[in-house]
Amino acid sequence: MTRERLEALRDLFVTFAKIGAITFGGGMAMLPILQREVVVVRRWATDEELVDYYALGQCTPGIIAVNTATFVGQKQAGIPGGIAATLGVVFPSLVLISVIAGLISNFADIAEVRNAFAGIQVCVCVLIFNATVKLLKKSVVDYRTAVIFAFVLAGSVVFNLSPVWFVLLSAAAGAALKAFEARGKKSEGA
Amino acid sequence: MSYGMILLKLYWEFFKTGLFAVGGGMATLPFLKNIGETTGWYSYGDLMNMLAVSESTPGPIGINMATYVGFTVAGVPGAVVATLGEVTPSIIVILLVAAFLRGFRENPWVERAFYGLRPASTGLIGAACVSVFLEVLTGIRIAGEGLVNSVSLSGGALFLWPQLLLAALLLVLTNAVPRVRDLHPIAFIAFAAAIGIIFRFAGA
Repeated sequence: MTRERLEALRDLFVTFAKIGAITFGGGMAMLPILQREVVVVRRWATDEELVDYYALGQCTPGIIAVNTATFVGQKQAGIPGGIAATLGVVFPSLVLISVIAGLISNFADIAEVRNAFAGIQVCVCVLIFNATVKLLKKSVVDYRTAVIFAFVLAGSVVFNLSPVWFVLLSAAAGAALKAFEARGKKSEGA
Repeated sequence: MSYGMILLKLYWEFFKTGLFAVGGGMATLPFLKNIGETTGWYSYGDLMNMLAVSESTPGPIGINMATYVGFTVAGVPGAVVATLGEVTPSIIVILLVAAFLRGFRENPWVERAFYGLRPASTGLIGAACVSVFLEVLTGIRIAGEGLVNSVSLSGGALFLWPQLLLAALLLVLTNAVPRVRDLHPIAFIAFAAAIGIIFRFAGA
């Protein structure tokens, strides 16, 4: 591997580690920081390209931040670049969370800590509820998507099944419904 | 299970999570809940605490949670293995998509599959939301044994009124109060922690 190539990989790792360390909350919160570091400072992509990557990062499986990092990295330096950028974006989390998790487990028996977490759990309930409502507006766009949502919600409360099955079934259902609709339109037109 | 086997299982479980969770960090929650239930590595309450810490520290929430769960199960090596497991499918899928970028976006089957995937992902998070509400705010417990989940009572009070009141208050603060609702989640988490300490929510 040439010296320039190694330097490119190092730059990708360092830049994405920086992005990971200063992003709070992931997802949408990351876009302005990505814009500054990737488009303005490094000139690795244009604004349009970044928005494209980001949109694709949201509709491919996995963590959006990781998907976007892989995209930018592979464009810059091929497959090793994609891997370097991804390792960079997760590196701060690995260090920080390991330290915090270690600290918290040492203080877990203190009454104040237990009371605080009992309060925090209530807040987490509300945050998950708000996230669900927000996603509902984006994903339930007609009565068929409403039916899929309701089936999966009820099904996974009632049945003790891995989420994987619901994901696979609904991807198939979505594909079948849309394909059926496309055929219906074609025959109407004919 | 030997330590090596635990690490291997961690990698595999998080690989599946990274492959099937669609829509970002929160979409991994139903999978992490499922891992806790099937392995007994951590409880749903533990997972709630991890989610709270993940929301309050820098970094993508999904990665923070993977790291935290991994650390809880098997220390620092566990944290590394779980995180790598979760990003491996992303790397593979994105590299494949990047190689066929134009084809991917224009492929009607991809759009059709995502038409069904998006509401399903929301439904899974909604179901996780239902069980966390029951777990934290009431004495009703849903547990998985066999194909159909069983419903039971925890033995304590049916409704935990202080928790319910705080939830109602937070719901209003995060949605209906101008300016306040735009605050970062950390502000609400800190507020809930203070209320928990003052009113001794854990009874400790």
